[in-house]
Amino acid sequence: MSDLDDFRASVKAWLQNNCPVSQRQPITREEQVWSGRNMRFPNADAKLWFERMRDKGWTVPEWPYELGGGGLNEREAKILKEEMKALGCRTPLYDLGIWMLGPAVLEYGSDDQRRQHIPKIARGEVRWCQGYSEPSAGSDLASLQTRAEDCGDHFLVNGSKIWTTNADKADWIFCLVRTDPDAKKQEGISFLLIDMDQPGVTAKPIPLISGDSEFCQTFFDNVKVPKSNLIGELNKGWSVAKSLLKHERKLMAEIGGDTPGPSFSPVQAALKYVGLDAEGKLKDRGLREQLVAHEMRFRALGLTHFRSFEERMHGNTDNSIPLIMKYVGTEETKRKEEVLMALLGNRALGWDDPEFSDDELLSNRGWLFSKALSIAGGTSEVQLNIIAKRVLELPV
Amino acid sequence: MPLVLNEEQRLLKDTAKDFLNKTVPVEALRQLRDSKDALGYKPEHWQKMSELGWASMVIPEAYDGLDFSFLGLGAVLEESGRTLAASPLFASVVLGASAIIIGGTEPQKETLLPQIASGNLRFALALDESAHHSPDDINCTATATDNGYKLNGSKTFVLDGHSADQLIVVARSQPQSAGRDGLSLFIVDVNTAGIERKRHYMLDSRSAASILFNDVHISGEALLGDADQGWSLLDNVLDRGRICLAAEMLGGALECFERTVSYLKERDQFGVKIGTFQALQHRAAIMFTELELAKSVVLDGLSAIDDHRTDLAQLASLAKARLNDVFELVTNEAVQMHGGIGVTDELDIGLFLKRSRVANQIFGNSSFHRDRYASLCGY
Repeated sequence: MSDLDDFRASVKAWLQNNCPVSQRQPITREEQVWSGRNMRFPNADAKLWFERMRDKGWTVPEWPYELGGGGLNEREAKILKEEMKALGCRTPLYDLGIWMLGPAVLEYGSDDQRRQHIPKIARGEVRWCQGYSEPSAGSDLASLQTRAEDCGDHFLVNGSKIWTTNADKADWIFCLVRTDPDAKKQEGISFLLIDMDQPGVTAKPIPLISGDSEFCQTFFDNVKVPKSNLIGELNKGWSVAKSLLKHERKLMAEIGGDTPGPSFSPVQAALKYVGLDAEGKLKDRGLREQLVAHEMRFRALGLTHFRSFEERMHGNTDNSIPLIMKYVGTEETKRKEEVLMALLGNRALGWDDPEFSDDELLSNRGWLFSKALSIAGGTSEVQLNIIAKRVLELPV
Repeated sequence: MPLVLNEEQRLLKDTAKDFLNKTVPVEALRQLRDSKDALGYKPEHWQKMSELGWASMVIPEAYDGLDFSFLGLGAVLEESGRTLAASPLFASVVLGASAIIIGGTEPQKETLLPQIASGNLRFALALDESAHHSPDDINCTATATDNGYKLNGSKTFVLDGHSADQLIVVARSQPQSAGRDGLSLFIVDVNTAGIERKRHYMLDSRSAASILFNDVHISGEALLGDADQGWSLLDNVLDRGRICLAAEMLGGALECFERTVSYLKERDQFGVKIGTFQALQHRAAIMFTELELAKSVVLDGLSAIDDHRTDLAQLASLAKARLNDVFELVTNEAVQMHGGIGVTDELDIGLFLKRSRVANQIFGNSSFHRDRYASLCGY
């Protein structure tokens, strides 16, 4: 225990000495530093902070040290996270490679593939995006049609992927492709890494209700992909994808709170836009009821996250909490956004209008953005199917 | 704040489960109900529970207790919720012993705690006076006399009040006071002159009493805690009660849920198991997620008691509100998913349904606790 206390003390000291003060403020979307061949920094401090964290391997604290990671165990990584949160340190680097692809390559990749991709992800040199869904394969992901034809030393890829987040800004894409058109659904699918900087790959942004267009449709027209880019076995990509989906769902359950939105909490918004009466209670009792219901659920959710961690630390393998968190986390985030909108009243309704504050304008953007959370990465309905089948073992 | 049980607590839970399944199954409650049992629980059951250490679990060693944790007691209560076991455990130990441990003088502790720990002395808390839990709305009076106090007023919904030996009575001791000010708690023998107790049979086959106090003279030593400033003691005892009751409710909800899921796997309709229907699968999955959240708030609440945390009140309201809602949801769904047999007396599900609604009213329904939680958080 005292080892961990020492570790905590040293982490805290290091962060205090190395995290520029400007990097301890809440981050806006424009200030996020994303990986990529052409990395951009909003300012010199952000660059410095990223480089210091990168050199420690703390952009990916739990990955192996020799591959550019921090080599921390789960407890240590949690301590780092807690100390960063306590000090308000910004996430130094954003990338799907960190959150999703990296863990899958570490688990399923060959030594060569690990050496090729992992250090680049850790150092922020490549920006990744994900190619799973297709126009006619959404929740029914296994019906995907994008074809990768075996041409001897390479695959020839044809088809299109949709909801490829930030594909227009990404360098590489990890894809599920059909390698055996005759096999049944899940069985003929492989997991392929594709360099997007080549002829035949195009990404077109899709305008969304939130006014953003971070989702794209990505087209592949006779794209050549070396066979060494296949992760895992041929036609066994489904198991790689499933393992990776776990990371995505965990991430989505956790970043519920990290979605773009105003800088105030629902309670702060309530005090500012509704106000208290003489009894010290929110003036609008109906809104107060909605707010407290959300706050209490949110706290229960936080405790459940923590309990799941404790269960894992106690070596309890039959822990089904991770399977419920995507559903409860995203549904509760949607509820939070509804509550925020209600609390702001007509101040939440401005659109591209300088008469409204940035926070006010962000409130409806965040609300609209939140609608995607219970769809992307497996809809809430699919999550409930999974709980019914895998946890409750209800008959099919 | 441990959110998982340690080895010792897990062992305790397993032992409790074995004992309850063998000795105090749901059938035991049916027998009490059908025989209109005068006591409302079986003395031999209570004796065995006491021998297992349940009555002494949270009492300090200095007073013959085991000084074990509330996490441990919560685990036992959760298991007792699974078989709907009736006993004085909640009224006497969770409420009675807590009040004396927190507020009692040394002589009070020395006299009373060892007797509670052995299961021989049973306590009840006489608090509520109206149709709704409203702990600062007290009209019962305690008027100072030459050598003590004189109690007047009436109490209702006193859990196990008919079988208790001693009462903890909440009364207004400062004549012109209102709300949380001017309240005191007293330890009163049920046989004191002027006390009239009436036992009521409740929906859940357990018992609560209404009690009249008519010029009941008690000595100055009967005072528990500070005179006229009993609120924080009461509030603290109630929070322990709310969290422990939530633990019992969790057990009831889990049992009801598991029985329902089993039924979905065995009942055939339209030539298939009804558990294949997505309409039922999703509702069952939602209940599962609600129960996982419920486990977390109960465990954290119990830890908050053990660790004397300052956010105890918030946790108590969080746990009680959540379990009120979850127990209601699960029992309603359990009846519906069992179909016709769900509304028969033969099936146990109805007994859980009834218990859920009684438990809901004890020490605050969900709107009481949401209001309280919001106020505690400054809005």
